[in-house]
Amino acid sequence: MFRFIARRLLETIPVLFIIVTATFFMVRFVPGGPFDSEKATTPEIRANLEAYYGLNLPLHQQYTNYLKAIVLHGDLGRSTKYASRTVNEIIADKLPASLQLGGLSLLIALVLGLTAGVIAAVKRNTKTDYAASSFAMIGICVPTFVLGPLLVLVFAIHLGWFSASGWYDWQDRILPSLTLGIVYAAGIARLTRGGMLEVLNLDYIRTARAKGASEARIILKHALRGGLLPVVSYLGPAIAGILTGSFVIETIFQIPGLGREFVNSAFNRDYTLVLGTVILYAVLIIALNLVVDVVQVWLNPKLKFE
Amino acid sequence: MISPSPDKLPSAGLTPAQLERGVSPWRDAWHRLRRNHLAVFGGVVLIALSLLCIAGPWFSPYGYEQTNLDNTFSPPSSAHWLGTDQLGRDLLTRLLFGGRISLMVGLVATFVALTIGVIYGAIAGFFGGKLDRAMMRIVDILYALPFTIFVILLMVFFGRNIVLLFVAIGAVEWLTMARIVRSQIMAIKRMEFIEAARSLGLGTPRIIFRHMIPNILGPIIVYTTLTIPGVMLLEAFLSFLGLGVQPPMSSWGVLIKDGAERMEEYPWLLIFPGTIFSLTLFSLNFLGDGLRDALDVRAAKD
Repeated sequence: MFRFIARRLLETIPVLFIIVTATFFMVRFVPGGPFDSEKATTPEIRANLEAYYGLNLPLHQQYTNYLKAIVLHGDLGRSTKYASRTVNEIIADKLPASLQLGGLSLLIALVLGLTAGVIAAVKRNTKTDYAASSFAMIGICVPTFVLGPLLVLVFAIHLGWFSASGWYDWQDRILPSLTLGIVYAAGIARLTRGGMLEVLNLDYIRTARAKGASEARIILKHALRGGLLPVVSYLGPAIAGILTGSFVIETIFQIPGLGREFVNSAFNRDYTLVLGTVILYAVLIIALNLVVDVVQVWLNPKLKFE
Repeated sequence: MISPSPDKLPSAGLTPAQLERGVSPWRDAWHRLRRNHLAVFGGVVLIALSLLCIAGPWFSPYGYEQTNLDNTFSPPSSAHWLGTDQLGRDLLTRLLFGGRISLMVGLVATFVALTIGVIYGAIAGFFGGKLDRAMMRIVDILYALPFTIFVILLMVFFGRNIVLLFVAIGAVEWLTMARIVRSQIMAIKRMEFIEAARSLGLGTPRIIFRHMIPNILGPIIVYTTLTIPGVMLLEAFLSFLGLGVQPPMSSWGVLIKDGAERMEEYPWLLIFPGTIFSLTLFSLNFLGDGLRDALDVRAAKD
């Protein structure tokens, strides 16, 4: 297992290198620059600004400097929009809200999705099953940017239970996490139901029944382990989706997270901030995918760490 | 999941004469599909919506960009069936016109994804070996990348160009198609008819495109149907962030974004586009699921 993890970690080095390089040159070759929007920049000021950020150096030198700073000091550079702040500071400032939102959404997705899926599978083809399946349909067909405003309309504006925007106390966290979580809860519910139905017909479940194990034990201990497999392989894409999906959620609910910052930084041509965020998201997604792969093998002894 | 139960064999409902002639697999699938009410409903809704979006704007007395500042935010009425927006534009007209754009993005971007995915998957599956391993490793790596982020960057940097939108979305969505085509090609490449084609001295492209692809059309059709909602969702996602279609043009994503900003006072601006869009996603998903069951496509998991 350690060899597997080590090899996967080694593999991520070239991947990250390609991402950094591609993004670095992409942002530099596009029309528009970071100082275009500043009003009445005299050529001298502009030259000073460019010198300050090292943008006057030859491109290959900028590139090697950038790489060196990351590898040696983990330094992602200085934001060109917020002159006094480094990208590391901005990330440290904005990431917690995004991570919290993502974590809560994932939790909601797992709890709602697994519960609905297991119940639907156990009570197969009953009204309960149909109710759970219809719930899953909502998540599949109603996109977050419709569901979010609708939830706000009902629960924040009409009923006044939760707040419509902001990120201060727990009441602010419920609607955004629910909006993002429901979409993935639906996917998880569908997969759990399918996975459980397949497993419930297998011999080892019959053996467990024959041994007189209680129904609850059979479902939770024996069947769920096998039934979870499709869910775990879905978690990789789901996590990536939750991370990027939070861009929209942060916009709707005005959450001071990294997603909103990223979209703004792209509009502002804030090269360093764009690059820093892309690298961070890539690292997060790759790392979480690795975790998902390890869990998958751990759950299913038939798979081996190749 | 809706799967045909054993007591509803596909031959049911056929006359003895038809049974004697035998049933082609396509006809067989068609019968199974017709029995799936959700899928039929989805198909009917899609056809109706497409026709409405294509023909509707011709019959509308309003233009999609025609403003009327004396009549802003009017609620649904006999003059404006779905009301008007902040510039007094007719919401129904904009909804139908936006539908054209959204459906077109769905089709064109899916076509881009389909083309890349089928060619890539077919090459990897056909040649196998080291080439296949390298190509699939690339797909694995790409799967792990935050692609949405790159699409956002592309759209911001190169302007909100609709052609670029098609290409960017298509370039993101081809991965699953490539995997499916590869596994299908691998499954049939040792079959006798392929050997026969080879022994006739046919070229590789001809074998792949004339002999193999037609035999794996089922899975390709199913996953095309299931790609369209994903593509439309991505377009709406971009439009919602202000990166998709530009005003005064409309798309469902643009309308939802505008509606969400003003839903407190004028909820119909969100509810109508939101409903139509959700209905479309619903229809596409259930039609796709129905097709998958009808064509009995299984190699989907990996």
